[in-house]
Amino acid sequence: MSHNHPETELHNPQSTKPPLDPHLKALENEAIHIFREVAAEFERPVMLYSIGKDSSVLLHLARKAFYPGRVPFPLLHVDTGWKFQEMIAFRDEMVEKYDLDLVVHTNPRGAAESVTPFSHGSALYTDIMKTEALRQALDAGQYDAAFGGARRDEEASRAKERIYSFRTPDHRWDPRNQRPELWNLYNGMIRKGESVRAFPLSNWTEVDIWRYIQAEEIPIVPLYFAKKRPIVERDGMMILAEDPRLELLPDEVKREEVIRFRTLGCFPLTGAIRSGAATLDDIISELETATVSERQGRAIDRDQSGSMEKKKREGYF
Amino acid sequence: MTAPAIANAALDDATAVAAYPAQEPVRATRDSRPLRLITCGSVDDGKSTLIGRLLWDTKAVKEDQAATLQRDSNGKQNDLGLPDFALLLDGLQAEREQGITIDVAYRYFSTDKRSFIVADTPGHEQYTRNMATGASTADLAVLLVDARVGLLEQTRRHATIATLMGIRQFVLAVNKVDLTNYDRARFEQISHEFKELALSLGVRQVTAIPVSALKGENVVYDGRASMPWYDGPTLIEVLELATTRSAQTVGFRLPVQRVSRPGESFRGYQGTVAGGSVKPGDSVVILPSGMVANVTKIVTFDLVRNAAVAGDAITLVLDRQVDVSRGDMIAAIDSQPMTGLAFDAQLVALQPEGIQPGKRYWLKSGSRRQRVQVQPASQLDLKTGKWNHADELPMNGIGKVHLVFDEQAIFDAYEQNRTTGAFILIDPDTNNTVAGGMITAKRAALGGIHAEESRVILSLPADLADQLMATELFAGRREDVEVRRITAGKAAEIIDTIDG
Repeated sequence: MSHNHPETELHNPQSTKPPLDPHLKALENEAIHIFREVAAEFERPVMLYSIGKDSSVLLHLARKAFYPGRVPFPLLHVDTGWKFQEMIAFRDEMVEKYDLDLVVHTNPRGAAESVTPFSHGSALYTDIMKTEALRQALDAGQYDAAFGGARRDEEASRAKERIYSFRTPDHRWDPRNQRPELWNLYNGMIRKGESVRAFPLSNWTEVDIWRYIQAEEIPIVPLYFAKKRPIVERDGMMILAEDPRLELLPDEVKREEVIRFRTLGCFPLTGAIRSGAATLDDIISELETATVSERQGRAIDRDQSGSMEKKKREGYF
Repeated sequence: MTAPAIANAALDDATAVAAYPAQEPVRATRDSRPLRLITCGSVDDGKSTLIGRLLWDTKAVKEDQAATLQRDSNGKQNDLGLPDFALLLDGLQAEREQGITIDVAYRYFSTDKRSFIVADTPGHEQYTRNMATGASTADLAVLLVDARVGLLEQTRRHATIATLMGIRQFVLAVNKVDLTNYDRARFEQISHEFKELALSLGVRQVTAIPVSALKGENVVYDGRASMPWYDGPTLIEVLELATTRSAQTVGFRLPVQRVSRPGESFRGYQGTVAGGSVKPGDSVVILPSGMVANVTKIVTFDLVRNAAVAGDAITLVLDRQVDVSRGDMIAAIDSQPMTGLAFDAQLVALQPEGIQPGKRYWLKSGSRRQRVQVQPASQLDLKTGKWNHADELPMNGIGKVHLVFDEQAIFDAYEQNRTTGAFILIDPDTNNTVAGGMITAKRAALGGIHAEESRVILSLPADLADQLMATELFAGRREDVEVRRITAGKAAEIIDTIDG
């Protein structure tokens, strides 16, 4: 019996949790398998860490995959400089708590050319501060594999992306010429300069993510939970109004509302939802009756349909 | 729940698993693991509409996605006022522009009973490779036919590929049944024909359902109002009750992905159990070295477990210092996989270059990657179901091949284990995945034909040879025979060389 086992140091203090249901267990097993495979096959893996709920799940799975060892690769945060303040605080807390290696990269053009979401518009801003910044960071670290938390249920072009998604030396994705992926046999063979993006959460849905966060008691940024917060309405979105850099336009008024966020990105581009969901149970039941998809609050996806595919071809995650 | 209770739950799991193959009518526990399925059908069969209908009626499509859809279809709607479902599924711009599906896409939906992963693959003949890809992980295949048209040559082709990839549960969705005025006799005729076809492929678990994907009849909601004569299940009911593949009844297999050595005191072997189950105290063999050890612990992040079963990602600790590295397999000592230098396999060629005889490829199976030489022997004619002699395989070709390795290879037959019996081939020149394959058997000797065995070369008139080859005796051993069609002059020349 395990409680008599002499090797008590192997017991994780969280072991009182009930076992996962078979569905989440299957998803977890698959993700752990992918983590281990990439870590074994590539020389310099890195994990893209965006601090959001999917990244939190990704990090938790990485810790599980390599237990009792440390996570054997660094986390990379591409910081646009416009993230929610609570996200940055949360990131630093996680790094400290779980003994992680963190690399933070911000595109120097942001400061040099004063690129902001207000001055350059969401499309150009995203291109420079996220896509270009990511390419810079991946090149600088000479990473040959990068884990991401993308899910196939998020968006139409992602539905066709492989779990090992091949990238050319300039980080391009060719959706029409992807390597076939059969069974759980991933092809990790690349030439120097080429890389692979690996997506352990490919087969997860948004509800799976939340149910797993609940079952595994995974810490997440408090912005996901409803609270009275200062907001301002802009372009049909409710934007959090707590960062001093947000300048109110003439007809805008700051007001308080009970809101939460369904996804987290750059605060000026991320719309809040009116919601009283203050616990994981609330969020899950809200989701089960939700009538809009999670990316609906993301300004960058709405330019045109197919816009995610275009961004991904250029190297966006 | 306390730790011992979890342990007991895990044990109960293992017991249930051990009893799996025996038919136990009493045990009606629903399998709540996600069901992976593949949908096959041509463009005109309404496949996109069927999947769109599944997503729509299970509420997997949200309002903003529907709005994007409405916008993209320029207000074009079907006669029920619903958006064009095909646009929902064809995610890539090229596909929307050309109105075709060019790649495997994965869709997710769920009911309160189970969740589903659909591999949505295009129906065109040239996309056999995509269907093989989608089928490789599927537990069940939904084959679509148009009720007005009935079975097509393509239906046979799809059913054959699905069977070859190991799928043993079929659903035949006889779609557009509304356009036949819900003709019962027509439906029954088609389903009878299909059951004959499935039986000829060795598949017994077949359900035929009359469906109108457009009107949503017998997909998620029943169609009793239009076809009171049908009292069978809806599509979603069949999917909810289907079984997922299980490799839990065979011998224990752990392909080692990596060795974990966080400190001097700990050495664990990490991987996903690919077959059977394991518990502390079990004796295992490490392949290919053949060294033997006992399992002392199964470590996971949550607790030290006292059993693990197929599908579990674990870390195994052994009782002694043995040399184990990535690519090795830890297996049950009393039920070992095959090891050897030569195997027979079936494979699907996935790239324009096809599979060239004698070329050396990389083969990846489990966590093991090694060099292999591939010799095609025959190719399946999907029209007739016959295997014809072939020296090379073109893209989308399905062939029987001989594999010859430089170093020991470790496999189970795919029929026995869909994980340890599967492999991919990688072209060392392009690094692309060029084939997906399934092991059928180990070969006794190198080079396909047993080198020392005595053989006879006959030179026969072509008509006599054809008659001989048509006999049952000959057909039964067709794999042992090499046949070349040449001129009489060339034959005389060859025989002269032998007489030399």
